[in-house]
Amino acid sequence: MFANKSGSVMLGLCRRKAVSVCSVVQSLVGNNLFGWNVGCKQRTLWLQMNVAERTQQRAVHRKLSTRAVHQTTVDPDELKRFRLLAGKWWDENGEFKALHAMNDLRVPFIRDNLLNMHKAQHPGKPLAGLRVLDVGCGGGLLTEPLGRLGASVLGIDPVEENIGTAQLHSLCDPHLGGRVSYRACTLEELSADVAGGETDRGDTVFDAVVASEVVEHLADLETFAFCCSRILKPGGSLFITTINKTNLSYALAVVAAEQLLRIVPRGTHDWEKFISPVELERLLESNCFSVQSVQGMMYNPASGAWSWINSTAINYALHAVKLAEEPPSNPQTDKADNSAASQS
Amino acid sequence: MLNLTRASIARNGFGRCLMAEKRSSAVKSVRRGLVCADHSDGSGNNEVYDVIIPGGGMVGTAMACSLGMHPNLSEKKILLLEAGNKKVMDKVPDSYSTRVSSISPGSATLLTGIGAWEHITKWRCKPYKKMQVWDACSDALITFDKDNLEEVMAYIVENDVVVAALTKQLDSLSDHVQVKYRSKVVKYIWPTAHQAVRSVPWVQVVLACGETLQTKLLIGADGPNSMVRRQLGIPTVKWDYDQSAVVAVLRLSEPTENNVAWQRFLPTGPIAMLPLSDTESSLVWSTSHHLAEELMALDDECFVDAINSAFWSNVNQSELVETAGSLFRSALATIMPSAGSPRQLPPSVAAIGPKSRVMFPLGMGHASEYIRHRVALVGDAAHRVHPLAGQGANLGFGDVACLTQLLSQAAFNGKDLGAMQHLLEYESERQRHNLPMMAAIDLMKRLYSTNTAPVVLLRTFGLQATNMLPTLKEQIMAFASK
Repeated sequence: MFANKSGSVMLGLCRRKAVSVCSVVQSLVGNNLFGWNVGCKQRTLWLQMNVAERTQQRAVHRKLSTRAVHQTTVDPDELKRFRLLAGKWWDENGEFKALHAMNDLRVPFIRDNLLNMHKAQHPGKPLAGLRVLDVGCGGGLLTEPLGRLGASVLGIDPVEENIGTAQLHSLCDPHLGGRVSYRACTLEELSADVAGGETDRGDTVFDAVVASEVVEHLADLETFAFCCSRILKPGGSLFITTINKTNLSYALAVVAAEQLLRIVPRGTHDWEKFISPVELERLLESNCFSVQSVQGMMYNPASGAWSWINSTAINYALHAVKLAEEPPSNPQTDKADNSAASQS
Repeated sequence: MLNLTRASIARNGFGRCLMAEKRSSAVKSVRRGLVCADHSDGSGNNEVYDVIIPGGGMVGTAMACSLGMHPNLSEKKILLLEAGNKKVMDKVPDSYSTRVSSISPGSATLLTGIGAWEHITKWRCKPYKKMQVWDACSDALITFDKDNLEEVMAYIVENDVVVAALTKQLDSLSDHVQVKYRSKVVKYIWPTAHQAVRSVPWVQVVLACGETLQTKLLIGADGPNSMVRRQLGIPTVKWDYDQSAVVAVLRLSEPTENNVAWQRFLPTGPIAMLPLSDTESSLVWSTSHHLAEELMALDDECFVDAINSAFWSNVNQSELVETAGSLFRSALATIMPSAGSPRQLPPSVAAIGPKSRVMFPLGMGHASEYIRHRVALVGDAAHRVHPLAGQGANLGFGDVACLTQLLSQAAFNGKDLGAMQHLLEYESERQRHNLPMMAAIDLMKRLYSTNTAPVVLLRTFGLQATNMLPTLKEQIMAFASK
């Protein structure tokens, strides 16, 4: 992975100078940040990489960033398959069934943790007044429920088709209008815009960032954490759901789910990219987050339902809060990057 | 969106820009389509509601009220459609209405939560503390009471009073619960589960006035002949009983405490006397169509005589059954001397309320599915029962309580109210409760519709034995009072 990264650094260096902040980071995380999930992630991943790669070719290097770009080859067949898939996002019994079902856990998890910090004014709209960013929103499976709870949600996903699907779906419901919006971009692009002041909208600073079933596909978590911290208000919440890096998760997510039960298409998950809660916690804490809670989750393929469990050995959800005091970003991230590199 | 497209062109070059253009134009055209639709009918005809409830009877009105009152659903737009006029009640009319319901403590809890119970108790309702059910073909009887008459078993309330109380509560919710009186639905258009991008994903309700409404969830409360159920083609098990009910308001010959509900099983069907006040009771006499017509034709005096003899006469009893029954009873009494209860006699009827006699046919109906995509059925639309157990309204209110709880939870979880998941939960939870009740009621009706000696003997023993088993009786009561 790091070899890969350094390769892309070289590539990145050849590029033109950056105008926007953090653009390399952007393509990096952009590659992988989207919101899909259990089903079909890999396909989306490839596609995203495809998009991101093109982005990256035009992307400009930024002084600040020493990050690498993750390179992959793109399979045109994958692209075609994905287009078909975009329309399947909203089929509750289709390929994204497990993701739809996960809303039973992740929506209350996000809601209750946010309600602990912000008092609800209207019981009918418990999250009213909060701005939430859904990173890797995919077809908007999690974006819409959060919007219905009253939050203003921005869903971002580098895959244009996902954003198209999500936008079309949300248009049908006039009650979501104004509360849910989508943008085809990467977290880096967005955070660059915020930091660079390209958009003078004050609304790009968020009370919460949600990255559900996203981080296990990222090439560079360090950048991800950095960007999340940048676009969050002090005291803002970061919600992550992902898969642990254990033998059990390998057996279940890769062997059982992909090869035996075929719940998820083959190649969806790369176990090497999974991250343990401890590692994730360390990473977030080095980016001035304080981890509030980590809870284990389990999917039962027979009942098609998720449940909370004590063990975080397979899937888990994490809630972290950005500390009010923001350390200087450059040394912090560089240091963290170095330490990550030295570990590898 | 335009800015975004431009930005991405700039940033990502031509290929990506083409993609973005294509996508955004598709989005735009859909958006335009929607805008056009909105404009075309000017008066906001295509408004999307969160919930539309066709049927403003007791159950439908309670549904609207219960959803509207729930804090989690306070942001939802709810519409109740009622074919009739608004029923306003400032004070109760002098004479009692013939259509009454037995409201169980469970239903009363629901109505209390809605705030309607306060109006009902202020206006008019009569609690009863004991129920006596006995067989005309033998002396077998069973009595139900809670904690030695300390606790109320159920309340007899006029349907009009229930609806008026609920309507009054609805008025206080006018900001998000609307009611369209005198509205008639001519057609429903159902969404397909995975619709094409441009079709309407909601249920569309076409009214007789030409208006088309859209809703995320349709709750059919439109009675036993539910149009919602028929148009959905939901398979329904139903049959008409060979019985009609004659209902009337009865004047008792002398004032009594009148806190007992009486029901006697005649071979032609059960006759019930339900307390309304110290001097008045409500009659529900289920009997053959033929006999019912005769009863309707009788003058008031003869009708009163017919009622009294139906409660008092021993003409259906055979000596054999009588002897066997009393032997069995005395045997039981030796084993369990304390259990059981003595037979009491119902008050005699002196007169009936003027023009209060009404007759209607009885039937049984069971919708095999209570839900479809974006649709749920409640009350008689889903299940119709014989009035002999006084459970019709309670089953409906049970549906309302259950659906309210599930929908409020769904709303709190940010779900689409029309999604199948919680509707399926509603269906299985209610069918699990309603089906055994319906089966028991139907069995009772069948068991008591005959005077064949072996059956009479069997039910006599069964009833007497049950009467001796307080725990069993408590369980029956607990089940029926939900």
